[in-house]
Amino acid sequence: MDTTSKQQADARDATSAGEQALPPIPEGEDRETLLDYYYQMVLVRHFEEKSAEMYTKAKIGGYCHLNLGEEATVVGFSAGLEPADYVYTNYREHGYAIARGISPGAVMAELFGKETGCSHGRGGSMHLFDLQHRFMGGYAIVGGQIPLATGVAFAVAYRGSREVVACQMGDGTTNTGAFHESLNLAKIYHLPIIYFVVNNLYGMGLRVEQGSAVSELYRKACAYDMQSWRVDGNDVLAVLDTIRTAAALAREKHEPSLVEAVSFRFRGHSVVDPDRYRDKEEVQKGRASDPIAEFAARLMAAGLLDENGTREIEERAQQEVDAAVKFADESPFLSVEEFMRDLSGYVYAPDEAAVKGA
Amino acid sequence: MAEITYRQALHDGLREELLRDENVFLLGEEIAVFEGSYKITAGLLKEFGPKRVVDTPIAENGFVGMATGAAMLGLRPIVEIMTINFIVLAMDEIVNHAAKIYAMFGGQCPIPLVIRTPGGGGQQLAATHSQNLEVWFAHVPGLKVVAPSTPADAKGLLRTSVRDNNPVIFLENLALYNTKGEAPTDGYMVPIGQAKVTKEGTDLTVLSYSRMAAVALDVARRMEQENQLSIEVVDLRSLRPLDQETILNSVRKTNRAIVFEEDWRSFGIGAEIAALLQEEAFDDLDAPVKRVASLEVPLPYSKPLELATLTGAKQLVDAIKELAPRRSRHLSVSPTLLP
Repeated sequence: MDTTSKQQADARDATSAGEQALPPIPEGEDRETLLDYYYQMVLVRHFEEKSAEMYTKAKIGGYCHLNLGEEATVVGFSAGLEPADYVYTNYREHGYAIARGISPGAVMAELFGKETGCSHGRGGSMHLFDLQHRFMGGYAIVGGQIPLATGVAFAVAYRGSREVVACQMGDGTTNTGAFHESLNLAKIYHLPIIYFVVNNLYGMGLRVEQGSAVSELYRKACAYDMQSWRVDGNDVLAVLDTIRTAAALAREKHEPSLVEAVSFRFRGHSVVDPDRYRDKEEVQKGRASDPIAEFAARLMAAGLLDENGTREIEERAQQEVDAAVKFADESPFLSVEEFMRDLSGYVYAPDEAAVKGA
Repeated sequence: MAEITYRQALHDGLREELLRDENVFLLGEEIAVFEGSYKITAGLLKEFGPKRVVDTPIAENGFVGMATGAAMLGLRPIVEIMTINFIVLAMDEIVNHAAKIYAMFGGQCPIPLVIRTPGGGGQQLAATHSQNLEVWFAHVPGLKVVAPSTPADAKGLLRTSVRDNNPVIFLENLALYNTKGEAPTDGYMVPIGQAKVTKEGTDLTVLSYSRMAAVALDVARRMEQENQLSIEVVDLRSLRPLDQETILNSVRKTNRAIVFEEDWRSFGIGAEIAALLQEEAFDDLDAPVKRVASLEVPLPYSKPLELATLTGAKQLVDAIKELAPRRSRHLSVSPTLLP
């Protein structure tokens, strides 16, 4: 069987989290890079806390799903990819967009529905997009992004270029037909894609083992003779390492693979979810193994970070988020008049001649 | 101009687009090794190889989504869905994704995708293999829907669809594949969103598309000879966008309209056109708009019942006879001359 569980020993579920000794920082890692991962994680944390606040202030509408608690998963995933690689995600994607390099201002402006948002205010929280950063979209129909991402991998293979596609999804997604159809397609066509399953133990309120006949989700890849790994989603370096391995497999061998990151969301499914279906104790334990605090402790133990450094990073992240809110607030909405002027142009892409200015 | 079948027109159109643009590729169930359930793609695997003519497993949502993703990177996939009935399995990728991505992400990413699929009944394939679901797609902003009735239009619209930067549902019909017509061989293109008056007339207008447009033309020619009725036939060719101008111009001239469609009557193409006519040409209408469509049942297998269910020439003739005599009341002719 090709399915492996290289890092299964590292993986844990929320109930056992916090009881294990933190692994040391591997030797040979560059300090600046490590501190940047830490900064990214703190930035995502602050951004999401601010998003929740802006939601309660009605600056953000619709649904709003946060990456709180998943920062190590988010940053490890993004750091394992190259700038030219393509990323698809589900609707819990603010952090991924930021970690991909989209400015927090453009993300916050999108949440505010402003023209300066990364999807020009047309997508909102669940539909962030930025072609320049090869962030190919947040998708809000569970599983909808998986065939699309598989198609970009198909196009990469068709053109013989060396990019990798990484397709993030939640645990519940692995029960959809789109998931299974896509894994099969990727394997038969040998596509350079990583399916990245964030197992935060619940699909909305349904526990993974209630919704999935196989609750170790990485095992599902074996049906497609596809290599897969389960990794501790609280460990940014473990996630990064696994993504790098998967990316190399895709880039060099044109083989798809699946990575399951076991993570934990600190709050409910969305901002408005009171989270009544999870035990208080389970949530407390999950929050106690905060991936940011744990990474800080590891960096400190390695002598790479001190209290001052932590404070400085916190402040810098807070400033960046405040600036993002200011930018979003001050940005204009697209005028209704302008919107109404060309509805067809809103919906349909111009033809080639028009694109070329003919 | 050579006379070719509708099937040959599609085949030639696909082949020419494959030759023209390296970004064009075909994918679908049984299109390569098996050469297509209806042999539209016969010979193309041999000529272009498995990279350009791709067999897929039976996974409509998966491979339609995969084609949409490939289009996001600028490839120009032409998907074949074996029959329109199977497209239902791919509705999420078509309606929620292919149709939305350009607008929802702020115009950053066009989807140059064509999905070809035949609809239609009459072959005793029963309820799940005989549907006309074009309205599902014509309803959705972000999609374009074309439904050619002749080999020339099939080829011309296929070329245009492949070069369009938006998802196009290209509706074919099983009963049209063997029909013949003249088709130009030079780079002939038919614009999307342009109907065609296939026969001029003054007494009433029959508006139709796909196979029923061909039936309508036959009926109109016959009734002109046999009943001295001057019937105008408009082949819509595109359902979205709909060529309102051609529709309205015709009905403003004839003052009577029948919409002739193979799909179910309720909420159908006829309902849309009747609404358009009452909104935009109310004062030009001398009679209510008539809809001639199929009976609203899942299509039975039994031949007599299938025939009774599907609309066709007879139903159109009846409707024309019902609508046309009303006009004669305004004419100062002897009642004995009436049909």
